[in-house]
Amino acid sequence: MKKTALYKKHIDLGAKMVPFAGYEMPVRYGSELEEHHAVRNSVGVFDVSHMGEFLVKGPNALGLIQKICSNDASILTPGKVQYSCLPNADGGIVDDLLVYMLREEEYMLVVNASNIQKDWDWIAKHNDLEAEMENISDNTSLLAVQGPNAINTLQKLTETNLSSLSYYTFTHGKIGFFEAIISATGYTGSGGFEIYVNNESAAQVWDEIMKAGEEFDTKPAGLGSRDTLRLEMGFALYGNDIDDTTSPIEAGLGWITKFSKEFTNSNNLKAQKAAGTKNKLVGFVMEEKGIPRSGYDILDANDNIIGKVTSGSMSPSLGIGIGLGYVETKFTQSDTIFFIAVRKRKLKAKVVRPPFYKA
Amino acid sequence: MNIPQELKYTKDHEWIRVEGSKAVIGVTDFAQRELGDIVYVEIESEGDDLDRGDVFGTVEAVKTVSDLFMPVSGKVIEVNEALEASPETVNEDPYDKGWMIKVEMSDSSELESALSSNDYKDLISE
Repeated sequence: MKKTALYKKHIDLGAKMVPFAGYEMPVRYGSELEEHHAVRNSVGVFDVSHMGEFLVKGPNALGLIQKICSNDASILTPGKVQYSCLPNADGGIVDDLLVYMLREEEYMLVVNASNIQKDWDWIAKHNDLEAEMENISDNTSLLAVQGPNAINTLQKLTETNLSSLSYYTFTHGKIGFFEAIISATGYTGSGGFEIYVNNESAAQVWDEIMKAGEEFDTKPAGLGSRDTLRLEMGFALYGNDIDDTTSPIEAGLGWITKFSKEFTNSNNLKAQKAAGTKNKLVGFVMEEKGIPRSGYDILDANDNIIGKVTSGSMSPSLGIGIGLGYVETKFTQSDTIFFIAVRKRKLKAKVVRPPFYKA
Repeated sequence: MNIPQELKYTKDHEWIRVEGSKAVIGVTDFAQRELGDIVYVEIESEGDDLDRGDVFGTVEAVKTVSDLFMPVSGKVIEVNEALEASPETVNEDPYDKGWMIKVEMSDSSELESALSSNDYKDLISE
Protein backbone atom coordinates (compact mmCIF):
# COMPACT_ATOMS: atom_id res chain seq x y z
CA MET A 1 0.00 0.00 0.00
CA LYS A 2 1.43 3.39 -0.99
CA LYS A 3 1.46 6.45 1.25
CA THR A 4 1.35 10.09 0.25
CA ALA A 5 3.94 12.56 1.53
CA LEU A 6 1.31 13.76 4.01
CA TYR A 7 0.62 10.36 5.55
CA LYS A 8 2.11 11.30 8.90
CA LYS A 9 0.00 14.48 9.05
CA HIS A 10 -3.13 12.40 8.63
CA ILE A 11 -2.13 9.95 11.34
CA ASP A 12 -1.25 12.77 13.73
CA LEU A 13 -4.64 14.36 13.05
CA GLY A 14 -6.35 11.09 13.96
CA ALA A 15 -7.71 10.43 10.47
CA LYS A 16 -9.50 7.22 9.67
CA MET A 17 -7.37 5.78 6.88
CA VAL A 18 -8.77 3.53 4.17
CA PRO A 19 -7.21 1.78 1.19
CA PHE A 20 -8.09 3.66 -1.98
CA ALA A 21 -6.57 3.08 -5.42
CA GLY A 22 -3.51 1.47 -3.89
CA TYR A 23 -2.97 4.28 -1.37
CA GLU A 24 -3.75 4.62 2.30
CA MET A 25 -5.92 7.72 2.26
CA PRO A 26 -7.84 9.70 4.89
CA VAL A 27 -11.59 9.14 4.54
CA ARG A 28 -12.35 11.55 7.40
CA TYR A 29 -10.61 13.22 10.34
CA GLY A 30 -13.67 13.62 12.55
CA SER A 31 -17.13 14.16 11.13
CA GLU A 32 -17.61 13.89 7.37
CA LEU A 33 -20.60 16.21 7.64
CA GLU A 34 -18.56 18.90 9.39
CA GLU A 35 -15.86 18.61 6.76
CA HIS A 36 -18.48 18.94 4.05
CA HIS A 37 -20.00 22.05 5.64
CA ALA A 38 -16.54 23.56 6.22
CA VAL A 39 -15.92 23.45 2.47
CA ARG A 40 -19.36 24.81 1.59
CA ASN A 41 -19.21 27.62 4.16
CA SER A 42 -15.54 28.40 4.73
CA VAL A 43 -12.55 26.29 3.68
CA GLY A 44 -11.33 22.69 3.78
CA VAL A 45 -8.05 21.13 2.70
CA PHE A 46 -7.81 17.77 0.96
CA ASP A 47 -4.71 15.67 0.33
CA VAL A 48 -5.33 14.30 -3.14
CA SER A 49 -1.72 13.41 -3.85
CA HIS A 50 -2.81 9.97 -4.99
CA MET A 51 -3.92 11.55 -8.27
CA GLY A 52 -1.56 10.89 -11.20
CA GLU A 53 0.36 13.50 -13.18
CA PHE A 54 1.98 12.94 -16.58
CA LEU A 55 4.05 15.46 -18.51
CA VAL A 56 3.73 15.40 -22.30
CA LYS A 57 6.34 17.49 -24.10
CA GLY A 58 7.80 18.35 -27.45
CA PRO A 59 6.60 19.39 -30.89
CA ASN A 60 4.21 16.44 -31.05
CA ALA A 61 2.72 16.84 -27.58
CA LEU A 62 -0.43 18.54 -28.80
CA GLY A 63 -0.81 16.02 -31.61
CA LEU A 64 -0.78 13.13 -29.14
CA ILE A 65 -3.22 14.85 -26.79
CA GLN A 66 -5.61 15.66 -29.63
CA LYS A 67 -5.54 12.04 -30.74
CA ILE A 68 -6.34 10.53 -27.33
CA CYS A 69 -8.59 13.17 -25.76
CA SER A 70 -12.24 13.90 -26.53
CA ASN A 71 -11.99 17.64 -25.89
CA ASP A 72 -10.20 20.04 -28.22
CA ALA A 73 -6.88 20.93 -26.58
CA SER A 74 -5.86 23.18 -29.50
CA ILE A 75 -7.82 26.04 -27.93
CA LEU A 76 -5.63 25.95 -24.80
CA THR A 77 -3.05 28.65 -24.17
CA PRO A 78 -0.37 28.50 -21.46
CA GLY A 79 -2.12 28.90 -18.09
CA LYS A 80 -5.38 27.26 -19.13
CA VAL A 81 -6.87 23.97 -17.94
CA GLN A 82 -9.38 21.77 -19.70
CA TYR A 83 -11.57 18.90 -18.54
CA SER A 84 -11.42 16.01 -20.98
CA CYS A 85 -11.68 12.26 -21.29
CA LEU A 86 -9.80 9.44 -22.94
CA PRO A 87 -12.31 7.45 -24.98
CA ASN A 88 -11.46 3.82 -25.66
CA ALA A 89 -12.02 2.09 -29.00
CA ASP A 90 -15.08 0.16 -27.80
CA GLY A 91 -17.36 3.05 -26.88
CA GLY A 92 -16.26 3.43 -23.25
CA ILE A 93 -13.95 5.72 -21.30
CA VAL A 94 -10.38 4.88 -20.25
CA ASP A 95 -10.38 7.79 -17.80
CA ASP A 96 -11.44 11.37 -17.32
CA LEU A 97 -8.69 13.92 -16.75
CA LEU A 98 -7.53 17.51 -16.63
CA VAL A 99 -5.20 18.83 -19.33
CA TYR A 100 -2.93 21.69 -18.25
CA MET A 101 -1.02 23.66 -20.87
CA LEU A 102 2.10 24.45 -18.84
CA ARG A 103 3.91 26.32 -21.60
CA GLU A 104 4.39 26.03 -25.36
CA GLU A 105 4.82 22.34 -26.25
CA GLU A 106 4.41 21.21 -22.66
CA TYR A 107 1.31 19.79 -21.04
CA MET A 108 0.41 18.10 -17.77
CA LEU A 109 -2.30 15.45 -17.68
CA VAL A 110 -3.91 14.85 -14.28
CA VAL A 111 -5.54 11.43 -14.07
CA ASN A 112 -7.38 9.32 -11.53
CA ALA A 113 -5.21 7.41 -9.06
CA SER A 114 -6.90 4.10 -9.82
CA ASN A 115 -6.06 4.48 -13.51
CA ILE A 116 -2.45 5.69 -13.48
CA GLN A 117 -0.93 2.54 -14.95
CA LYS A 118 -3.84 1.90 -17.33
CA ASP A 119 -3.72 5.47 -18.65
CA TRP A 120 0.05 5.46 -18.99
CA ASP A 121 -0.04 2.23 -21.01
CA TRP A 122 -2.93 3.49 -23.11
CA ILE A 123 -1.26 6.81 -23.92
CA ALA A 124 2.12 5.16 -24.59
CA LYS A 125 0.44 2.72 -26.97
CA HIS A 126 -0.98 5.62 -28.97
CA ASN A 127 2.20 7.67 -28.93
CA ASP A 128 3.34 6.87 -32.47
CA LEU A 129 4.15 10.56 -32.82
CA GLU A 130 6.80 9.99 -30.15
CA ALA A 131 5.96 12.87 -27.89
CA GLU A 132 8.12 12.93 -24.79
CA MET A 133 6.27 11.44 -21.80
CA GLU A 134 7.13 11.52 -18.12
CA ASN A 135 5.18 10.13 -15.17
CA ILE A 136 5.74 12.52 -12.25
CA SER A 137 2.97 11.07 -10.06
CA ASP A 138 5.29 9.68 -7.40
CA ASN A 139 7.10 13.00 -6.91
CA THR A 140 4.06 15.26 -6.97
CA SER A 141 1.75 16.16 -4.11
CA LEU A 142 -1.61 17.77 -4.65
CA LEU A 143 -3.53 19.77 -2.05
CA ALA A 144 -7.06 20.89 -2.84
CA VAL A 145 -7.92 24.01 -0.83
CA GLN A 146 -11.63 24.42 -1.37
CA GLY A 147 -14.39 26.72 -0.25
CA PRO A 148 -15.27 30.43 -0.22
CA ASN A 149 -12.41 31.25 2.18
CA ALA A 150 -9.81 29.31 0.20
CA ILE A 151 -8.74 32.52 -1.52
CA ASN A 152 -8.42 34.42 1.78
CA THR A 153 -6.38 31.59 3.26
CA LEU A 154 -4.00 31.18 0.34
CA GLN A 155 -3.61 34.87 -0.47
CA LYS A 156 -1.67 35.25 2.80
CA LEU A 157 0.91 32.79 1.51
CA THR A 158 1.53 33.97 -2.02
CA GLU A 159 2.35 37.07 -4.05
CA THR A 160 0.28 35.74 -6.93
CA ASN A 161 -2.91 37.74 -7.21
CA LEU A 162 -5.36 34.90 -6.72
CA SER A 163 -8.46 36.90 -7.58
CA SER A 164 -7.05 37.32 -11.07
CA LEU A 165 -7.12 33.55 -11.61
CA SER A 166 -10.42 32.67 -13.22
CA TYR A 167 -11.96 29.20 -13.03
CA TYR A 168 -9.92 26.63 -14.94
CA THR A 169 -6.79 28.74 -15.18
CA PHE A 170 -3.52 28.35 -13.27
CA THR A 171 -0.17 29.96 -12.73
CA HIS A 172 3.33 28.99 -11.62
CA GLY A 173 3.83 30.67 -8.27
CA LYS A 174 4.93 30.19 -4.71
CA ILE A 175 3.16 29.10 -1.57
CA GLY A 176 5.40 30.35 1.20
CA PHE A 177 8.91 29.58 -0.04
CA PHE A 178 7.85 26.68 -2.20
CA GLU A 179 7.39 26.49 -5.94
CA ALA A 180 3.86 25.46 -6.82
CA ILE A 181 1.35 25.27 -9.58
CA ILE A 182 -1.64 27.21 -8.31
CA SER A 183 -4.74 26.14 -10.15
CA ALA A 184 -8.24 27.59 -9.85
CA THR A 185 -9.90 24.20 -10.13
CA GLY A 186 -11.55 21.68 -7.84
CA TYR A 187 -14.06 18.90 -7.45
CA THR A 188 -16.36 20.45 -4.87
CA GLY A 189 -18.31 23.26 -6.55
CA SER A 190 -17.41 25.69 -3.77
CA GLY A 191 -14.49 27.36 -5.50
CA GLY A 192 -10.90 27.34 -4.38
CA PHE A 193 -7.59 26.12 -5.62
CA GLU A 194 -5.56 23.01 -6.27
CA ILE A 195 -1.90 23.30 -5.36
CA TYR A 196 0.70 21.06 -6.99
CA VAL A 197 4.03 20.86 -5.15
CA ASN A 198 6.99 18.52 -4.85
CA ASN A 199 6.68 15.81 -2.22
CA GLU A 200 9.57 17.38 -0.30
CA SER A 201 7.61 20.59 0.34
CA ALA A 202 4.16 19.02 0.85
CA ALA A 203 4.23 18.79 4.65
CA GLN A 204 5.40 22.38 5.11
CA VAL A 205 2.90 23.70 2.57
CA TRP A 206 0.14 21.78 4.39
CA ASP A 207 1.19 23.33 7.72
CA GLU A 208 1.32 26.83 6.28
CA ILE A 209 -2.14 26.49 4.77
CA MET A 210 -3.58 25.14 8.02
CA LYS A 211 -2.02 28.00 9.96
CA ALA A 212 -3.15 30.66 7.47
CA GLY A 213 -6.65 29.22 7.61
CA GLU A 214 -6.97 29.20 11.39
CA GLU A 215 -9.08 32.35 11.46
CA PHE A 216 -11.46 30.70 8.96
CA ASP A 217 -11.66 27.50 10.96
CA THR A 218 -10.00 25.52 8.17
CA LYS A 219 -10.57 21.82 8.44
CA PRO A 220 -8.63 18.96 6.92
CA ALA A 221 -11.16 17.11 4.79
CA GLY A 222 -11.15 13.49 3.67
CA LEU A 223 -12.33 11.44 0.74
CA GLY A 224 -15.76 11.01 2.35
CA SER A 225 -16.69 14.67 2.14
CA ARG A 226 -14.96 14.96 -1.22
CA ASP A 227 -17.46 12.43 -2.51
CA THR A 228 -20.58 14.12 -1.07
CA LEU A 229 -19.35 17.51 -2.30
CA ARG A 230 -18.79 16.30 -5.86
CA LEU A 231 -22.08 14.42 -5.90
CA GLU A 232 -24.03 17.55 -4.91
CA MET A 233 -22.56 19.12 -8.05
CA GLY A 234 -23.38 16.09 -10.19
CA PHE A 235 -19.71 15.63 -11.12
CA ALA A 236 -19.08 12.14 -12.49
CA LEU A 237 -16.72 9.86 -10.57
CA TYR A 238 -14.68 7.41 -12.59
CA GLY A 239 -15.38 3.86 -11.49
CA ASN A 240 -18.90 4.80 -10.37
CA ASP A 241 -20.62 6.93 -13.00
CA ILE A 242 -18.24 6.45 -15.89
CA ASP A 243 -15.98 3.52 -16.76
CA ASP A 244 -14.59 1.38 -19.59
CA THR A 245 -18.13 0.55 -20.74
CA THR A 246 -19.97 3.90 -20.54
CA SER A 247 -19.82 6.27 -23.48
CA PRO A 248 -19.09 9.96 -22.95
CA ILE A 249 -22.30 10.74 -24.84
CA GLU A 250 -24.56 8.71 -22.55
CA ALA A 251 -22.63 10.03 -19.51
CA GLY A 252 -23.60 13.59 -20.42
CA LEU A 253 -20.02 14.47 -21.38
CA GLY A 254 -20.98 15.56 -24.88
CA TRP A 255 -19.81 19.06 -23.92
CA ILE A 256 -16.20 17.80 -23.69
CA THR A 257 -16.52 15.63 -26.81
CA LYS A 258 -15.59 17.83 -29.76
CA PHE A 259 -15.95 16.51 -33.28
CA SER A 260 -13.96 19.37 -34.77
CA LYS A 261 -11.02 16.91 -34.83
CA GLU A 262 -10.43 13.16 -34.94
CA PHE A 263 -9.72 11.15 -31.79
CA THR A 264 -10.10 7.59 -30.57
CA ASN A 265 -13.51 6.28 -31.62
CA SER A 266 -14.66 9.76 -32.68
CA ASN A 267 -16.61 8.50 -35.70
CA ASN A 268 -18.69 6.11 -33.63
CA LEU A 269 -19.27 8.67 -30.90
CA LYS A 270 -20.35 11.23 -33.49
CA ALA A 271 -22.87 8.79 -34.91
CA GLN A 272 -24.04 8.02 -31.38
CA LYS A 273 -24.52 11.69 -30.61
CA ALA A 274 -26.59 12.12 -33.77
CA ALA A 275 -28.72 9.01 -33.20
CA GLY A 276 -29.13 9.42 -29.45
CA THR A 277 -28.31 6.77 -26.87
CA LYS A 278 -30.60 4.16 -25.34
CA ASN A 279 -29.62 5.14 -21.80
CA LYS A 280 -28.38 8.33 -20.21
CA LEU A 281 -26.82 9.35 -16.93
CA VAL A 282 -29.34 11.36 -14.99
CA GLY A 283 -29.50 13.14 -11.65
CA PHE A 284 -32.35 12.54 -9.22
CA VAL A 285 -33.49 13.56 -5.74
CA MET A 286 -35.47 11.37 -3.39
CA GLU A 287 -39.07 12.41 -2.86
CA GLU A 288 -39.38 9.98 0.06
CA LYS A 289 -37.11 9.39 3.02
CA GLY A 290 -34.31 7.06 2.01
CA ILE A 291 -30.80 7.06 0.62
CA PRO A 292 -29.97 5.77 -2.85
CA ARG A 293 -26.74 3.78 -3.15
CA SER A 294 -24.59 2.62 -6.03
CA GLY A 295 -26.01 -0.59 -7.50
CA TYR A 296 -29.66 -0.10 -6.49
CA ASP A 297 -32.21 -0.72 -9.25
CA ILE A 298 -34.24 2.13 -10.74
CA LEU A 299 -37.85 1.12 -11.46
CA ASP A 300 -40.80 2.56 -13.35
CA ALA A 301 -44.29 2.75 -11.83
CA ASN A 302 -44.95 -0.85 -12.94
CA ASP A 303 -41.82 -2.22 -11.23
CA ASN A 304 -39.92 -2.71 -14.49
CA ILE A 305 -36.20 -2.17 -14.07
CA ILE A 306 -35.32 0.89 -16.16
CA GLY A 307 -31.84 1.61 -14.82
CA LYS A 308 -29.29 1.47 -12.05
CA VAL A 309 -27.92 3.92 -9.50
CA THR A 310 -24.20 4.65 -9.99
CA SER A 311 -23.68 7.15 -7.13
CA GLY A 312 -25.90 7.97 -4.20
CA SER A 313 -25.74 9.57 -0.80
CA MET A 314 -27.53 11.71 1.66
CA SER A 315 -26.80 15.29 0.59
CA PRO A 316 -25.35 17.04 3.65
CA SER A 317 -26.30 20.46 2.25
CA LEU A 318 -29.88 19.54 1.34
CA GLY A 319 -30.63 16.87 3.92
CA ILE A 320 -32.21 14.52 1.38
CA GLY A 321 -31.07 11.56 -0.70
CA ILE A 322 -29.53 12.42 -4.09
CA GLY A 323 -28.04 10.25 -6.79
CA LEU A 324 -26.86 9.68 -10.31
CA GLY A 325 -27.80 6.70 -12.42
CA TYR A 326 -28.25 5.40 -15.93
CA VAL A 327 -31.85 5.08 -17.09
CA GLU A 328 -33.61 4.63 -20.41
CA THR A 329 -33.52 7.94 -22.22
CA LYS A 330 -37.30 8.44 -22.14
CA PHE A 331 -37.06 8.75 -18.34
CA THR A 332 -34.46 11.52 -18.33
CA GLN A 333 -36.64 14.62 -18.70
CA SER A 334 -36.56 16.94 -15.67
CA ASP A 335 -39.33 16.22 -13.14
CA THR A 336 -39.88 12.68 -14.42
CA ILE A 337 -40.84 10.43 -11.52
CA PHE A 338 -39.29 6.99 -11.09
CA PHE A 339 -38.52 4.76 -8.16
CA ILE A 340 -35.44 3.49 -6.38
CA ALA A 341 -35.43 -0.02 -4.95
CA VAL A 342 -34.01 0.64 -1.47
CA ARG A 343 -33.75 -2.78 0.16
CA LYS A 344 -37.34 -4.10 0.36
CA ARG A 345 -38.96 -0.76 -0.41
CA LYS A 346 -39.70 1.22 -3.54
CA LEU A 347 -39.11 4.91 -2.97
CA LYS A 348 -40.16 7.78 -5.19
CA ALA A 349 -37.49 9.92 -6.86
CA LYS A 350 -37.60 12.86 -9.24
CA VAL A 351 -35.27 13.67 -12.12
CA VAL A 352 -33.32 16.87 -11.53
CA ARG A 353 -30.64 18.40 -13.66
CA PRO A 354 -27.49 18.82 -11.50
CA PRO A 355 -26.05 20.65 -9.72
CA PHE A 356 -28.32 19.54 -6.88
CA TYR A 357 -26.90 22.30 -4.71
CA LYS A 358 -26.21 25.83 -5.91
CA ALA A 359 -23.20 27.08 -3.99
CA MET B 1 -13.25 4.24 23.85
CA ASN B 2 -16.32 3.93 26.03
CA ILE B 3 -17.28 0.31 26.90
CA PRO B 4 -19.62 0.32 29.91
CA GLN B 5 -19.03 -2.56 32.38
CA GLU B 6 -22.69 -3.33 32.99
CA LEU B 7 -23.58 -4.09 29.36
CA LYS B 8 -23.18 -7.23 27.27
CA TYR B 9 -21.77 -7.13 23.75
CA THR B 10 -21.71 -8.99 20.44
CA LYS B 11 -19.16 -9.51 17.70
CA ASP B 12 -21.42 -7.39 15.48
CA HIS B 13 -20.61 -4.41 17.73
CA GLU B 14 -23.97 -4.22 19.41
CA TRP B 15 -24.61 -3.81 23.11
CA ILE B 16 -27.34 -5.38 25.23
CA ARG B 17 -28.75 -3.94 28.45
CA VAL B 18 -30.68 -6.65 30.28
CA GLU B 19 -33.76 -5.44 32.17
CA GLY B 20 -35.41 -8.59 33.59
CA SER B 21 -36.90 -10.49 30.65
CA LYS B 22 -36.32 -7.55 28.35
CA ALA B 23 -33.23 -6.42 26.51
CA VAL B 24 -32.43 -2.94 25.21
CA ILE B 25 -30.16 -3.02 22.16
CA GLY B 26 -27.96 -0.49 20.40
CA VAL B 27 -24.60 -0.18 18.66
CA THR B 28 -21.31 0.43 20.48
CA ASP B 29 -19.16 3.51 20.64
CA PHE B 30 -16.60 1.65 18.54
CA ALA B 31 -19.27 0.91 15.91
CA GLN B 32 -20.44 4.51 15.64
CA ARG B 33 -16.85 5.70 15.31
CA GLU B 34 -16.16 3.20 12.56
CA LEU B 35 -19.37 4.11 10.73
CA GLY B 36 -18.88 7.87 10.92
CA ASP B 37 -21.79 10.29 10.78
CA ILE B 38 -25.02 8.33 10.95
CA VAL B 39 -27.62 9.91 8.70
CA TYR B 40 -30.45 7.40 8.74
CA VAL B 41 -31.71 4.65 11.02
CA GLU B 42 -34.40 2.43 9.52
CA ILE B 43 -36.15 0.02 11.88
CA GLU B 44 -39.44 -1.43 10.69
CA SER B 45 -39.48 -4.55 12.83
CA GLU B 46 -41.64 -3.33 15.72
CA GLY B 47 -43.95 -6.14 16.77
CA ASP B 48 -41.98 -8.80 14.89
CA ASP B 49 -40.84 -12.07 16.43
CA LEU B 50 -37.26 -12.50 15.33
CA ASP B 51 -34.53 -15.10 15.86
CA ARG B 52 -31.06 -14.34 17.02
CA GLY B 53 -29.05 -13.23 13.95
CA ASP B 54 -32.06 -11.90 12.03
CA VAL B 55 -31.86 -8.38 10.65
CA PHE B 56 -33.98 -5.98 12.70
CA GLY B 57 -33.02 -2.77 10.93
CA THR B 58 -30.44 -0.85 8.98
CA VAL B 59 -28.15 1.99 9.90
CA GLU B 60 -26.83 4.28 7.19
CA ALA B 61 -23.74 6.43 7.56
CA VAL B 62 -22.65 8.94 4.93
CA LYS B 63 -20.70 6.29 3.04
CA THR B 64 -22.02 2.95 4.22
CA VAL B 65 -25.11 0.89 4.85
CA SER B 66 -25.00 -1.70 7.67
CA ASP B 67 -27.58 -4.22 8.79
CA LEU B 68 -28.47 -4.49 12.45
CA PHE B 69 -28.70 -8.04 13.81
CA MET B 70 -30.76 -9.43 16.68
CA PRO B 71 -28.30 -10.38 19.43
CA VAL B 72 -31.04 -12.46 21.14
CA SER B 73 -34.28 -14.03 19.95
CA GLY B 74 -37.57 -12.39 20.87
CA LYS B 75 -40.24 -9.90 20.03
CA VAL B 76 -39.39 -6.28 19.20
CA ILE B 77 -41.66 -4.41 21.61
CA GLU B 78 -40.33 -0.89 21.25
CA VAL B 79 -38.32 1.15 18.74
CA ASN B 80 -36.50 4.39 19.50
CA GLU B 81 -38.63 6.70 17.37
CA ALA B 82 -36.43 9.70 18.18
CA LEU B 83 -33.73 8.32 15.90
CA GLU B 84 -35.89 8.96 12.86
CA ALA B 85 -35.57 12.71 13.23
CA SER B 86 -32.16 12.72 14.94
CA PRO B 87 -30.03 9.77 13.74
CA GLU B 88 -26.91 11.63 14.90
CA THR B 89 -27.93 10.73 18.46
CA VAL B 90 -26.33 7.33 17.80
CA ASN B 91 -22.98 9.10 17.32
CA GLU B 92 -23.44 11.43 20.25
CA ASP B 93 -24.79 9.04 22.86
CA PRO B 94 -24.63 5.44 21.62
CA TYR B 95 -25.33 3.76 25.00
CA ASP B 96 -28.17 5.88 26.22
CA LYS B 97 -30.26 8.18 24.02
CA GLY B 98 -28.99 6.31 20.95
CA TRP B 99 -30.62 2.99 21.91
CA MET B 100 -32.40 1.27 19.04
CA ILE B 101 -34.87 -1.40 20.11
CA LYS B 102 -36.31 -3.11 23.17
CA VAL B 103 -36.90 -6.86 22.93
CA GLU B 104 -38.98 -9.28 25.01
CA MET B 105 -36.50 -12.15 25.06
CA SER B 106 -37.81 -15.63 24.26
CA ASP B 107 -34.69 -17.45 25.50
CA SER B 108 -32.57 -15.54 27.98
CA SER B 109 -30.01 -18.41 28.07
CA GLU B 110 -28.75 -16.97 24.77
CA LEU B 111 -27.18 -14.20 26.83
CA GLU B 112 -24.60 -16.67 28.11
CA SER B 113 -22.76 -16.48 24.80
CA ALA B 114 -22.71 -12.67 24.76
CA LEU B 115 -19.39 -10.94 25.40
CA SER B 116 -18.48 -9.16 28.61
CA SER B 117 -17.10 -5.64 28.40
CA ASN B 118 -13.58 -7.06 28.83
CA ASP B 119 -14.11 -9.62 26.07
CA TYR B 120 -15.44 -6.90 23.81
CA LYS B 121 -12.50 -4.67 24.61
CA ASP B 122 -10.17 -7.50 23.57
CA LEU B 123 -12.15 -8.02 20.39
CA ILE B 124 -11.86 -4.44 19.18
CA SER B 125 -8.21 -4.05 20.14
CA GLU B 126 -7.22 -7.04 18.00
